[in-house]
Amino acid sequence: MKVKVLSRNPDDYVRETKYDIQRVPRNYDPTLHPFEVCREYTQALNSTKLDRVFAKPFLASLDGHRDGVNCMAKHTSSLSTLLSGSCDGEVKVWNLTKHECVRTLQAHEGFVRGMVVRHCGTSFFTVGDDKTIKQWKMEAPGYGEEEEPLNTILGKTVFTGLDHHQKDAVFATCGQQVDIWDEQRSSPIRSFTWGVDSFSAVRFNPVETELLASCASDRSIVLYDMRESAPLKKVIMTMRSNTLCWNPMEAYHFTCSNEDYNLYTYDMRYLDRPMTVHMDHVSAVLDVDYSPTGKEFVSASFDKTVRIFPKENGHSREVYHTKRMQHVICVKWSADNKYILSGSDEMNIRLWKANASEKLGVLAPREKQASNYSQKLKEKFQHHPQIRRIARHRHLPKNIFHESKELRIMKEARRRKERNVRKHSKPGAVPVVSEKEKHVVTVVK
Amino acid sequence: EGEEEEEEDERKHQKLLEAISSLGAKRKKTLGERSEAAVQMSEFTVTAEGERDRVDLSDLIGSMEKTPGVTSRTKKQLKNLQKDNKTIESPLSRQETDRIQRDVAFQKAATEVTKWKGVIKQNQRAEQLIFPLNRELTLRWRRRFFSLLHANKQPIHDPILTPAEEASMKAMSLEEAKIRRAELQKARALQSYYEAKARRARKIKSKAYHKVHNKAKRKEFLKRSMRLELNKIEMARMQERMSLKHQNSGKWAKSKVIMGKYDLVARKAMQQQLEVNKDLTQKIVTSLNAEEEEEEEEGGDAEVLPDFVNDAEQAVDPSNPWMRGKLSEDPTEKDMIVDLTAEEAPRAAEEEEEEEEEVKEPEEEVLLREFDERRKQRQAQEAEAQITVEEEDDDEEEEEEDKAADEEEAELSVFTSLFREKAEAAADVTDTSAQLEEGLTRIRTLEDVELLSVPQEEAAADEAPLPPPPAENPPPVPQKREAAKPKKRKRAIELKEVLTKEPKVIQVPLAPTVEDAEDADEPLDQRGLIKEAFAGDDVVADFLKDKRKQEDAGKPKVVDLTLPGWGEWGGTGLKPSRSKRRRFRTKAVPPPPRKDQRLPSVIISENRNSAVRLHQVNSLPFPFQNHSQFESTIRSPLGRTWNTERTVKKNIKPKVVTQMGAIIEPMAREELLKDKRPAAGRGGRGGRGGRGGRGGRGGRGGRGVDSQRRHIRDKRAEK
Repeated sequence: MKVKVLSRNPDDYVRETKYDIQRVPRNYDPTLHPFEVCREYTQALNSTKLDRVFAKPFLASLDGHRDGVNCMAKHTSSLSTLLSGSCDGEVKVWNLTKHECVRTLQAHEGFVRGMVVRHCGTSFFTVGDDKTIKQWKMEAPGYGEEEEPLNTILGKTVFTGLDHHQKDAVFATCGQQVDIWDEQRSSPIRSFTWGVDSFSAVRFNPVETELLASCASDRSIVLYDMRESAPLKKVIMTMRSNTLCWNPMEAYHFTCSNEDYNLYTYDMRYLDRPMTVHMDHVSAVLDVDYSPTGKEFVSASFDKTVRIFPKENGHSREVYHTKRMQHVICVKWSADNKYILSGSDEMNIRLWKANASEKLGVLAPREKQASNYSQKLKEKFQHHPQIRRIARHRHLPKNIFHESKELRIMKEARRRKERNVRKHSKPGAVPVVSEKEKHVVTVVK
Repeated sequence: EGEEEEEEDERKHQKLLEAISSLGAKRKKTLGERSEAAVQMSEFTVTAEGERDRVDLSDLIGSMEKTPGVTSRTKKQLKNLQKDNKTIESPLSRQETDRIQRDVAFQKAATEVTKWKGVIKQNQRAEQLIFPLNRELTLRWRRRFFSLLHANKQPIHDPILTPAEEASMKAMSLEEAKIRRAELQKARALQSYYEAKARRARKIKSKAYHKVHNKAKRKEFLKRSMRLELNKIEMARMQERMSLKHQNSGKWAKSKVIMGKYDLVARKAMQQQLEVNKDLTQKIVTSLNAEEEEEEEEGGDAEVLPDFVNDAEQAVDPSNPWMRGKLSEDPTEKDMIVDLTAEEAPRAAEEEEEEEEEVKEPEEEVLLREFDERRKQRQAQEAEAQITVEEEDDDEEEEEEDKAADEEEAELSVFTSLFREKAEAAADVTDTSAQLEEGLTRIRTLEDVELLSVPQEEAAADEAPLPPPPAENPPPVPQKREAAKPKKRKRAIELKEVLTKEPKVIQVPLAPTVEDAEDADEPLDQRGLIKEAFAGDDVVADFLKDKRKQEDAGKPKVVDLTLPGWGEWGGTGLKPSRSKRRRFRTKAVPPPPRKDQRLPSVIISENRNSAVRLHQVNSLPFPFQNHSQFESTIRSPLGRTWNTERTVKKNIKPKVVTQMGAIIEPMAREELLKDKRPAAGRGGRGGRGGRGGRGGRGGRGGRGVDSQRRHIRDKRAEK
C-alpha cells in the first residue's frame, strides 16, 4: 500500500529568527467563513455585555477635608497632583497615585472660592471669602518655615472665581466685576462691568488665550477680550448659568452648566442659539469640565451624580453615583484623559475612570487589538436594539430615576399642551420654538 | 446809561453766582478780580465789544487769500464749508458709543476666532487623532522643566525630600540610635553567654563526655574537609568538561599526534594527557555522596522500586516488544503466558478480563462497533458469492497480500457493486443478526477502530475455510476467531512479551477468503455506514410533506360568516341559502407566489420570526440615508477571520488615541500655522487629516456612508 505523505516547503513556515512572528497561513475564501454578520453580531453583543460586567468606574475616595470641597485645580505639569479647597478655607494638595494628602494649608477664612495653578506649575492662586487673592508656592515650606503665601492682594469686594492666563503672567478674578490682574501689581490692570451684577465664574479661553467668558447672576454669559476696554457681548438665558468651560481643542466652543438642569454648548460667534442642549440631570448643574481631547465633557450636579456627555450629544453616555456621594460641587477631567475627579458636599474627593470598563495599566498588543476590535464592533452594531439596550442600561438611585421619569412626563405634558394651543388658534399665531431657542432670552450687543 | 446799568446787573449776577458756588462743599479757588479793561472777559466766554457781535468764518478766511502758502485745494474745501449751513450733530450718548465699541470689538474677536475653523473641521473629520497633538513641543517643554528641577536639586519623583532634607533627617533620627544601641547590647549579652557556656564545658571532668565530644567534633571536621575536597574535585571536573583542555584538541596535542608516529616520548605525553583528562572527568562516588543519596531516597519513599522505573520511556513505538527488552523476566509469569497462537486454553480467563475492560468503553465506541459489525456481516454475505483464494502466512506477507488484493479489486469491482445492491436488500436481516452479535468484538480505543481494517482481512482469511455461513445465524466459530484477532494485537503491546521468544508461525490451510472491496476506499464506506444508520428514515418524503404543509398554511382561508336564521328560516336540518352563503363568504386575495415555488428542495419560511426580530433594526439609523447604505456597512465584516491583517489594522483603528501618562495640552497656536501651510505638507502628517487612509475594505461598501456622514457633520458644524 502506498502512503501519501504531506510534504511542504520549509521556507513557507520556518521563521528565519525566533523574533519573527509565526507565519499563519490563512484562506480568506468567504465560503469557508460563512455567517460573518451573525458571528460579528454575537461578538458585539458579548462584548457589550462584558463591557457592562466590567464597568467599575469608582477608583478611590480621598478624604481628609473637614468641610465640603468647594473647588479643585489640576496641576499643569504633574498628573499625580491635585489641589482642592474646602468651605472652611483649607487647601489640600493630594498625591493621586498614593491616594494621600501631601500638604494642608489654611488659605482663607471662610470659603475657598476659586483656585488655579499657574501655567508653569510652580505656584498657585486662591481666592476666598475674606476678599483676598493669595499666591502660594507649589512646594511645601521647608522645616521650620512657616506656611506663608508668596503674595497677598486685598480686594475691595469678595472674589467668587479665578482663572489664569494660558501663557502670560496674567489672571482674572470675578466678583462684582471681572478684573484682569497682572501678577506683579496689586491693582487690576483692567476691570469690566456691564450693569450691576455679581459674577459666579470666569474662564480664559485656552486656545484663543486673550478671550474670556463669565457667568453673571443676571442669567447672562458675558464674553470679554482682555485687550479691549469693554466687554464683547452677552447672552441672557432663562435661568442662571453656574460655570462654564471652553473646549480646549476648539477655540470658539464653550459649554455652560445651568440652573435649569441642562448644559448648553455655544458657538461663541452665534450666541443667539446654543449648538446643543445637553439634558439628563434632574437638578441644577454646578460644574462642568472638558476632557483634554475636547471630545467629551463631564458635569457635576446638585442631584448627586456626575455625568459624562459627548460634546455633540444631547444625552449623557455615562452617569456616576455612589450611595454616599452628596451634591457634587466641582469636577475635573484629568489631563491625560483617563480619570475624572469629583469633589462633593460630604468632604470627599472621588477618583473615577473616564471609561468605566476600561482596563487600567499597560495593555499587551494583542489585548489592545482585541479591545479595539470589540470597540469597533460595538460601534458598528450600536443601532441594533439588543445591543443598544444593554449598552444604555444604567442603574440609577431610586429618587433620580423617579425624578427623571417625572420630568419626562412634565415635558411631554407641556408639549402636548402647546400642540393643542397651536391646533386651536390661528395658524402662525403660536409659532414653533425649537428646544434650542427656548432657553435664550436675548443677546445683548 | 442803560448800558451801564446792564453792566452793573451783570456784575451783581456774577457775584451772586460766585457766592452760590462758594456755598458748595468744596471751596473753589476764587477768581482774582480784575478792574481793568478785561472786565467782561471770563474764562469761558469771549464777549466781543463793538458793532459786530459775531465772528464769521468769512472774516477768518479773508486773511487766507493773502497768505501764499495755502493750496488751492484747501481753499476750495473751505469755500465749500462756507456754503454749507448745516449744524454738526451732537455727540452720541455714552450707551450708544459703548455699544458700537462692543460691536466692533466683537466682530474683531469673531474673525480672529474663525481662523480656527479649518483646524477644527479637519480634526472632526480625521479618522484618527493622536493626543497629545504636538508631541515634540511638550517633550521639549518637559525636558526644560526637568532640567530646571535638576539644577535646583528639587526632587523629581515623589519622595518630596531634597538631599538637604534627607541629610537632616539622618542627623536627627534619635529613634534609630536607640534601636542600634539595643541591638549592640543584645549582641554583647549573647557573646558573654556563649563564652560562659564554653568555660563550663571545659571544666567538665568526665572522660567519657570528652571522648564522645571530641569524636563528634573530629567527625564533623573530617566531613567538612572532605566536602571541601570533593567540591574542589567536582569543580575541576566541571572545568575540564567545559574546557576540554586535556582532550588532545589543542595545538600542542595536534602537533604531538603528528609526532607520535615517530616519537615514543610524544606518544607517551599524549597518553599522559589523556589519562589526566580521564582522571579529571571521572565522577567520584563517595561514601559521603552515597549517604546523602540514601537519606534522600529514604525521605522520598520507603519501598525500593526497580531501576527501570526511573528509566526514560522510549518514545519510539509502544507496540514494539524490542524496545521493552529491559524487563527481566519473571519465570512464573512467563509460564502463565500462553502463546496466542497456541490456542484455546487461557482464552476463557482472558476473555473475562477483556469483558471487564469493555465496560469502560464510551458510548460512541459502542455505536461504532455496531456499525462495524453490521459491515462485517455484509462482508460475510458477500463472501457467499465471492470466494477467492488467499494465502496467509506471516505479518511480512501481508503487504504482498495487499497488493494482490488491489489487483483483484479492480477485477471484482463490477461484481461487488452488483452484490452490494443485493446486500442492501437484505439489510433487515443483517440488522437482526448484528444485534445478536453485540459485545463480542474487542475494540479498545479509537485507534483500534482505525486499525480495524487490517485484522478485518485477517478475520476474513480465518473465516474462509469454514463453509459459507447463512446470513440468518452466523456460526459461532468465526466469531470467536474474530474475537481472537484483536487480542493478538494487544498481545504485541504487552510487556511480558519477551524478545527471547520466537514468534510461532501459524499454519493455516489454503482456503477461499472474502475479498473486501469496501475496505480499500474509505469515504464510500463511510457513506454506506451512514446510509445504514439512517436506514429507516424516508427523509425526502418527510421533507415534501413538510413543504406541502407549509404551503397550505400560507394559503389564505375562506372565511364563512354565514349565520343561520337571519333573514330566513332557521332550525335543525335547515341550511342557509346559497345566495346568503355566497354573500357572507369572503375569499381572500391569493398571496404572492412563494419564494420557494420553483425550488423543490428548499423551504423558505416567509413569516417573521419573533425571536430574530428582537435583534433586528426596525428603523433606519440617523446618519444613513437609505437602507442599502446601512446594509452594506453591516454586511462588511471587520474581523481578522475575513480580512487580511493590514485591512484589519485599518478597520479597527480607534478614533482617539491617548498616550499613557502624557499631559494633553490645549491646542496651541502652532497648529494654526501648520494649517496655513500648503495642503501637500499636510498630507504627510500621520493619522490626521482624513485623506490618509480611506477605503481599503476591498469594495465591500461602507465607504460611501462614511463620506456621507462626514458631509452631514460638516453641515451641522456650519450651522
